[in-house]
Amino acid sequence: MGSDEEEQWVPLRNRPELSDVIPVQQNDGPNPVVPIAYKEEFRETMDYFRALYKADERSPRALRLTSEAIELNPGNYTVWHFRRLILEALNDDLQNELGLTENIAQGNSKNYQLWHHRRWVAEKLGTSATSEELRFTKKILSIDAKHYHAWSHRQWVLQALGGWEEELDYCHQLLEEDIFNNSAWNQRYFVITRSPFLGGLKDMRESEVCYTHNAIVARPENESSWRYLRGLYKDDNLSWVNNPQISSLCLEILTAKANCVFALSTLLDLISHGFQPSQEFRDAVNALQTSDSEQTDSDVAKTACSVLESIDPLRANYWKWYRSKHFENA
Amino acid sequence: MEFPVATKTQHDQWMVESQVFRRYKLFEDVPRNAQSLMLELQRDNHVQYLTRGLRGLPASFVVLDANRPWLCYWILHSLALLGESVDDELEHSTIDFLSRCQDPNGGYGGGPGQLPHLATTYAAVNSLITLGGHKALSSINRSELYTFLRRMKHPSGGFRMHDAGEIDVRACYTAISVASVLNILDHELVHNVGSYILSCQTYEGGISGEPGSEAHGGYTFCGLATMILINEVNRLDLPRLIDWLVFRQGKECGFQGRTNKLVDGCYSFWQISDQGGVFALLQRIPSVSKEQIVLPDMGKCCTLDSSHASTTSSMSEVGKSSEGTSSQVDGTGDFRQEGLNIPFPVNFNDIGYDFINKSVEMKPLFHAIALQQYLLLCTQAENGGLIDKPGKSRDFYHTCYCLSGLSVCQHISSDADSPVLPRAVLGPYSNLLEPIHPLFNVVLDQYHEAREFFTRH
Repeated sequence: MGSDEEEQWVPLRNRPELSDVIPVQQNDGPNPVVPIAYKEEFRETMDYFRALYKADERSPRALRLTSEAIELNPGNYTVWHFRRLILEALNDDLQNELGLTENIAQGNSKNYQLWHHRRWVAEKLGTSATSEELRFTKKILSIDAKHYHAWSHRQWVLQALGGWEEELDYCHQLLEEDIFNNSAWNQRYFVITRSPFLGGLKDMRESEVCYTHNAIVARPENESSWRYLRGLYKDDNLSWVNNPQISSLCLEILTAKANCVFALSTLLDLISHGFQPSQEFRDAVNALQTSDSEQTDSDVAKTACSVLESIDPLRANYWKWYRSKHFENA
Repeated sequence: MEFPVATKTQHDQWMVESQVFRRYKLFEDVPRNAQSLMLELQRDNHVQYLTRGLRGLPASFVVLDANRPWLCYWILHSLALLGESVDDELEHSTIDFLSRCQDPNGGYGGGPGQLPHLATTYAAVNSLITLGGHKALSSINRSELYTFLRRMKHPSGGFRMHDAGEIDVRACYTAISVASVLNILDHELVHNVGSYILSCQTYEGGISGEPGSEAHGGYTFCGLATMILINEVNRLDLPRLIDWLVFRQGKECGFQGRTNKLVDGCYSFWQISDQGGVFALLQRIPSVSKEQIVLPDMGKCCTLDSSHASTTSSMSEVGKSSEGTSSQVDGTGDFRQEGLNIPFPVNFNDIGYDFINKSVEMKPLFHAIALQQYLLLCTQAENGGLIDKPGKSRDFYHTCYCLSGLSVCQHISSDADSPVLPRAVLGPYSNLLEPIHPLFNVVLDQYHEAREFFTRH
């Protein structure tokens, strides 16, 4: 396949293997809108593709034509779809498809069709494809660690084919490289909640709180780790409120007096779910008041909202609204 | 100056910040009259760029050869937002072209003869609604389209993009949006789609493309709009969703698509949302979010206060169509209990209409002026068209969604029937764009025409 590119392109009308095919032009009408000034190679390839597609010819030459058409426009889902029909009819070796998709991904991997095809192939290949799929996604993620399609594919592989064993280590490695990589945090959440080897969220919670605690102390401005921490208590507000580790983490960050937005919002979240802040929390929040904050309020939650209004002005409306919803109407 | 060792996320973020802030600094430093010039929406340039694109595109566009209805929609909708319409000849050509993309068995493909696809179906239908008029609207084969939608429905509740295609939140939104606006939405199409969307709400609060993936602005728009259109928005954890959303606006004043990603940094091929739209959705369902917030631990036995069922003046219109009244819609709004199988007395096809007639009950939770500043100063390309962020090149997709976002920002604090106050519009008042229906992203006047047409026919 790859060697085709280097060869001189032969017009399809000059190819003996296609001599019996009558190309079908695109039915664009007399005055099409958004007409594209196709180059001859593209126009001719698609005209021949159309002919074989219309005839539903599931043949080796049709298969070859689809790979040419896909290379010219990897976004053409009709071509990909027809290719799968041909592959099924010919019972062709699916290993070729891994090469084709990897090749296309080198040009532009942000394309739904390529990944849908890859999933279809891997599903057919079954567990024999596991390590190859993990390698392929890892390669894409080494270029772009937040690649949405690559992560979705990797998650599908883990769930459908397995390969969970080293995934938590992989997440850790990515977070070591870039603790702000939210996709790696998301994958970590995926692993701890779904890996058949780890026992689920409840079993993992304690060690994950510890892990996240360290990440937050290292980078309190990192929204990803705070959201992950909250996620560990999804659907379990009671444990969230009652774990002293969470509130003391907030206190620790608040007392350091830098990058307090997430510590304050987490404290507000705790209070809105029933946490009773002690005097220490009052003192820490009061100490954050700036000259433009409103007067000290006896209610620590309201004070925290005013502090947020002044240190996070982009979201001033949100913090006003938050205060009125949680702490004034109740 | 010494920098600590930066991670890739930080490095990329600082590069973008410095470019954006340089532009803001330039703006601050110029005299007032030059400032207002900088804030001006370059209408003529944008219109010229768009109209030219509709007439012809260079060879490099072959990568969008399976997305031509999208190109039509991005261009026509952008023009409509700018208050422009195309001449009769172009209108005729567009209707003719889209008819050639329509599959005899329903739905629209990415070009003539291509397989019907949900995303291009959405784009084609929205294009025709944007053109308006009997010829455009009647060119849509609704009964075959309904068959196509049913064929795309997956047992999980979600939808496939095309025959044997991928299942995701985009597919749900495009299917439900099209069915709703064409007045063909029913229980069979709605069945379990809410459970699918719900399974995509992540621990962060936003919605992902598939269960397990990362919360994402585009999918959050799709998921939330779908839930509103099928009257199941209360099943989502709205307080977490709102909290995630407000944090997507960064110090560059624009929005990012995911936590710790770059402003407006969505390169994915198909992505629908300008996040401003999501806030417009949330802003109109405040009573819902209040319920969830005031009663955080009572999720299982939530009842809706009767005051939330207040009807609006526009109900005479809705009354024409069988069962649906606004109070029934609101009163049955809570489907948080899984497995609730009783048929609900809702006319799905009225939900989108009722939505825009609810009065705006609160200030936007994001900074609407700051976002306008980002859009006007950082996303206008010199010769027309809009862009992702400084340094990027223009395209029709970003032109469409930057303008849609700008319109939402300008209109977000006004009710549909009251004029937009000058202070809501950054820059000259002539920057004001046409308002849109935020669930479908078509211009409001055209939405009303379509609604009337499809209720009658």
